[in-house]
Amino acid sequence: MSYIGIIVTYVFVQNFILVQFMGLCPFIGVSKSSESAIGMGVAVTFVTAVASVVCYAVYTYLLIPFDLAYLQTISFILVIAALVQMVEMVIRKMSPSLYKALGIYLPLITTNCAVLGIAIINIDEGYNMLESFCAGLAAGLGFTLAIVLMSNIREKLELTPVRRSFRGVPIAFVSAGLMALAFMSFDRSLLANLHLA
Amino acid sequence: MAGHMKELTKGIFKENPTFIIMLGMCPTLGVTTQVFNAFGMGASVLFVLLGSNMIISALRKVIPDAIRIPAYIVVIASFVTIVEMVLHAYVPAVYDALGVYLPLIVVNCIILGRAEAFANKNTVLDSALDAIGMGIGFTLALSLIAAIREVIGAGTITLLNLSETQRVVITLPGISESPVRVMTLAAGALLLMGYLKAFFNWNTGRKAKGGESA
Repeated sequence: MSYIGIIVTYVFVQNFILVQFMGLCPFIGVSKSSESAIGMGVAVTFVTAVASVVCYAVYTYLLIPFDLAYLQTISFILVIAALVQMVEMVIRKMSPSLYKALGIYLPLITTNCAVLGIAIINIDEGYNMLESFCAGLAAGLGFTLAIVLMSNIREKLELTPVRRSFRGVPIAFVSAGLMALAFMSFDRSLLANLHLA
Repeated sequence: MAGHMKELTKGIFKENPTFIIMLGMCPTLGVTTQVFNAFGMGASVLFVLLGSNMIISALRKVIPDAIRIPAYIVVIASFVTIVEMVLHAYVPAVYDALGVYLPLIVVNCIILGRAEAFANKNTVLDSALDAIGMGIGFTLALSLIAAIREVIGAGTITLLNLSETQRVVITLPGISESPVRVMTLAAGALLLMGYLKAFFNWNTGRKAKGGESA
């Protein structure tokens, strides 16, 4: 598959939230305002892109030569936790204003399924390093797209009369379901029509 | 003994991890297309939760506070790896069906949440009971969601699906000829979750009101 094909796949066809359910916790938890949604989206995109490359490198150059592939899960989660910690420190030094904006969301990313998910999918699909990077970037962009759309819907929902038992999380799930229904139109035939498959 | 039993039962209804605390949503919706997958996922989570809760509770005075989260994650990841290897070796059908959601148990918020909220403050016995209760509550919730999705979306209930010969599938007449396919897809899962959560909200609200008037 071409690089553009990979990007279209993970942004639309295999959207991490609306098709694969990865990263639902922050999707529901952090989508109350569009400002924090964008912050979370940017932070996740950055981490998925970097984590994809680093996990690919760890798997290919460390685990495979030493015949340690069964340590995949443990090593990936440690790499991701260390990476998130490092990103936090670098951002704090380089750009305190960005750190202030992202600060509280950064530690949450370690336990975001999307990051570990894309690292494992890269290995399962047998992508090379650049393809892994594209997939990671696209997965993050797909996450950002979904969470930003969702935050806009939820800001509108605040002003809408909703039955008491549906207020808050339930109506958010129903809205996400309707959004997923719309995302169903992005399927494999889209890739075929764009000559990317 | 009554105190210990409370730790066991609270996870099943009052603090059900899926419907009340809303933790671990990714596997909940990802694997619930068939009832049998829900059993597989529930059993895996129950085992990991039991193992990690007991180890973390036993080590709670040894692990320094500052690095407790990475320490917990290593313990959890070790148990997940054990489950992965066992399933891969003995029940490959389940291993394939759960796919990427199996290693993702590591980042399931239920497990880290229980470690942080319960196991690092309580004894090994209480932590084990808490884990069993939460695990059963999670499995029941998963099975309920899977049953609704499979019945409406495919008109079947798959109780066992190990291979072509080892299958127990109940096919419901009527609905299996023209199922509502969308329920087995992502959109149906999210919609169903919304309605179920609303139902539980309504139920707790009604109970609270009943308590006031009584």
